[in-house]
Amino acid sequence: MKNRPAFLTKNFGKYDPSSISSYMRIGGFDALRKAVNMDGEDIASLIAENKVKGRGGAEYDMGRKWSQARKVVGENKVVICNADEGETTTFKDRELIQNDPFNLIEAMIIAGWAVGATDGYIYMRAEYACLRPLLLNAIRQARSYGFLGQHILGKDFCYDIHLYSGAGAYVCGEGTALIRSIEGKAGRPRMKPPFIKVSGVFARPTCLQNVESLSLVPHLLLDDDKEYQSYGVGDSVGTKMISVGGNVNHPGAFEIPFGTTVRDIIYNLAGGVQGDRPIRLIQFGGASGKVAGPEILDTPYTYQDLRAAGVMVGSGALCVVDDRTSVINFLRINQEFFSDESCGQCTPCREGNHHIQIILDKIKEGTATREDIDIMKTIARVMSMSSLCGLGETAQNSLKSAMEVFPEVFTVGGANA
Amino acid sequence: MSEQQMIHLTINHIPVEVPKGTKIMQAAQKLGIDIPHLCYHPDQRIKAHCRLCSVEVTGKRRLLAACSTECWEGMDVHTDTQIVRDTQVSILQLMLANHNKDCLSCPRNQNCDLQRLCSRFNILQSPLPSVVKKTKRIQTNPSIVRDPSKCIRCGRCIRACKDVQGIAALTYAHRSSDIVVTTAYNKPMEDTDCVLCGQCSLVCPTGAIVEKDDTQRVLDVLQDPSKHVVVQVAPAVRVALGDAFGMEPGTIATGQMVTALKLLGFDKVFDTNFGADLTIMEESAEFVERLTKGGVLPMMTSCSPGWVNYMEKHYGDYRQHLSSAKSPMQMFGAIAKTYYPEQAGIDVHNIVTVSIMPCTAKKYECTRPEMGRDGMQDVDIVLTTRELIKLIKYVGLEFGNLPESDFDSPLGESTGAGAIFGTTGGVMEAALRTAYEKVTGKTLQKLDFDDVRGFKGIKETTVNLNGRDVHIAVAHTLKNARIIMEQIKKGTCKYDFIEIMACPGGCIGGGGQPIGTTNAIKQKRMEAIYQIDRDKPIRKSHENPEILKLYKDFLGEPLSEKAHELLHTDYHKVPKEYVFD
Repeated sequence: MKNRPAFLTKNFGKYDPSSISSYMRIGGFDALRKAVNMDGEDIASLIAENKVKGRGGAEYDMGRKWSQARKVVGENKVVICNADEGETTTFKDRELIQNDPFNLIEAMIIAGWAVGATDGYIYMRAEYACLRPLLLNAIRQARSYGFLGQHILGKDFCYDIHLYSGAGAYVCGEGTALIRSIEGKAGRPRMKPPFIKVSGVFARPTCLQNVESLSLVPHLLLDDDKEYQSYGVGDSVGTKMISVGGNVNHPGAFEIPFGTTVRDIIYNLAGGVQGDRPIRLIQFGGASGKVAGPEILDTPYTYQDLRAAGVMVGSGALCVVDDRTSVINFLRINQEFFSDESCGQCTPCREGNHHIQIILDKIKEGTATREDIDIMKTIARVMSMSSLCGLGETAQNSLKSAMEVFPEVFTVGGANA
Repeated sequence: MSEQQMIHLTINHIPVEVPKGTKIMQAAQKLGIDIPHLCYHPDQRIKAHCRLCSVEVTGKRRLLAACSTECWEGMDVHTDTQIVRDTQVSILQLMLANHNKDCLSCPRNQNCDLQRLCSRFNILQSPLPSVVKKTKRIQTNPSIVRDPSKCIRCGRCIRACKDVQGIAALTYAHRSSDIVVTTAYNKPMEDTDCVLCGQCSLVCPTGAIVEKDDTQRVLDVLQDPSKHVVVQVAPAVRVALGDAFGMEPGTIATGQMVTALKLLGFDKVFDTNFGADLTIMEESAEFVERLTKGGVLPMMTSCSPGWVNYMEKHYGDYRQHLSSAKSPMQMFGAIAKTYYPEQAGIDVHNIVTVSIMPCTAKKYECTRPEMGRDGMQDVDIVLTTRELIKLIKYVGLEFGNLPESDFDSPLGESTGAGAIFGTTGGVMEAALRTAYEKVTGKTLQKLDFDDVRGFKGIKETTVNLNGRDVHIAVAHTLKNARIIMEQIKKGTCKYDFIEIMACPGGCIGGGGQPIGTTNAIKQKRMEAIYQIDRDKPIRKSHENPEILKLYKDFLGEPLSEKAHELLHTDYHKVPKEYVFD
């Protein structure tokens, strides 16, 4: 693949991630210096101009989110970096933290300045314990250089960052569950309203962003030549971090310009399918993502094109499954994940996941009836439509999409198709 | 004052106007549309867990929960589209598949929200396999029985325990289909912070948490010709019982209740209000003694067994603040097992005392070793209001059409002061009526102490007794009790005399009251209680002629040796170091 950009990843390998002075030698904190002389609204506008959509999966307009966060009336606002990265096959945020921790810290300080916050929290998944020392060191050094604490860069701006690790629950990637977890409560989602932006962690107005979304900001602030906007197609502007896993030769995280074809991603970046086997399906966006068959290979990776092809960007993950795994086996494994990770509060998700798992097992055994399959369809729909949080809403995305892409599997006795 | 902003919306194409902030569920109610719900309870913080109230709102990708979604201008709501119906039926089927459906032998048969909704939606059979986990009923204490196989995880009990009582003995544990409502480390409730108040059993929509059923024991003794069975009825039962028989909430059903108890076969039907008058005699004398002789202040009332359990478990080092006077039920029991057999010429061993109480903790209280003598309990069996309802239905009485009758003598005579024990503030008001006249020697001109009435969590007043300002507080719910106990702990408590009731609203909101009890209904019961007081010819305990006779013939005077032996008790600190192995 030609012209592979390094916009978000441009600092990778250029400095020592454990040294703030090393980071500053490559221009670290220049973006912050620029930011603190800008109005927060202008920073939000800059993000909006670049049409950045939140990278956590909801695709919310990030500039708009910051602008709204600024306008919320309330004391002691909070910025949270969602580093829970719990979707399967998703590890792009880990790459960003591991290779460029100071950029994330800088981004969080800029976010704090822009929205008028006094505290930042990084909520990192339990499994990333190995990254804790790196981040704690980065926070400590930033504090000793005066980038955190009182009167940052001589401005009337006091802000500090706290690192918080979860206890291993997938659902804590959901905003309200994440917030409860930080508050020391069991990580279970709550109803909205109140919305996080108004009443988030410790009932303070909260702006919650994904690692990748935040990491973009320092680069955008220094992007005088508008390099970022030179990448991408249509409304999918710029570059995107993706992670590719499953039956590929070279699994990994990659920065791609929007518009790269799925084929390019799998066969060039990820080195193709193991043993050159045919692709059975690709799941986009982690366990809560939808699946597509190999006919998606020539689709450009953009928000719009993927949607038109029946899938979504989501977490930025691509899980490639070759013909050794049947559709039904893949769905069962995916279902086991949700049957375990549902928080259990709301009826559709708690009970629905359980029953769909039972019916998937029957399909696998060849004992499912037409009625079973109809019931499964109804439960999946009810879960999506009425669950309390995004977990229940999206848990059956893979099943629902598979039923459209591989209808033959869901005929009586069709499990091995 | 600006006018309240009104919101205009349509529900099923019908326009409706509601004040800003109204939720879809209440807007629909205004149109007479009952959106089904299970986790929603009008007195609780909204949970939005069961999702049964999901409705369609035009322009929204997903269904919205009617309990938690505020109406907005121009909102277009649909409560009966295909997807809404599919969702309601599916959720009920999912619940049923994880529910122990032994409805015919369930304590909540025909009084179960889940059953009612399955009937409403004509759920003829569930197409789903049963996934209910086999669990045993947990019956380890005299008050509360839990059946986890009937729990639908709605969280109402958790909210009652945590938000109302501030205890949180019940909580969610585990996740996904393993999620359960349980105690810390699955310990029996009595081995946790639980005080057996039973508020959980009052809000449970199914048979997952119920009172321990003692109706059969009562039916058995009533059939035993060798037994003389006397029953006493608490003041809050008569204003709640009618709810279950189609009467308006707050109906005073004293006369029908007495008739029903006589028809049930009780030999004597007496009134706990008599015990309440007796409690006032002792408790007000004790307060005056503490006040004038430098005893431990503030003195706190001890009528509510949930509150006494709370004190013993959570503030055991401060138990000397509790009045040593027994509760009206236990005072009555002591008299019924001593004075009464003497008077009636009946062998005490043949007397069985039954109490009808709005309370689950009373079932435990009567088993306390202090509450009896010579190996006999003073009160043998306690039934809740709910169990009395079952007994009345058992014998097939048309409650509403029963003629009225009067309590039996001699333990049936009571005053207005005894009657108001049934509501928060009542014990204090009754005590003040007596204490004032005893201390000052003057006649109290205004009997109503309005400051201690009503639903405010902590109420205060000051009464001047012979030149000394006595500071009074009245609290209900244990969350409010805790606020006062923390003041006592810190030494900042300014009160001299404090009434505490464990349940919200006092006994009218007791954990043993009819299913469906809400704050709105409690308000009506409270009004009824004060009506009973107003209608009584005698409204001060120390003017009850039967009480005066009891002292003259038997007890001597308040705080006498005999009174101490029979009518007072002591308390124990329950160690907080629970063993969780």
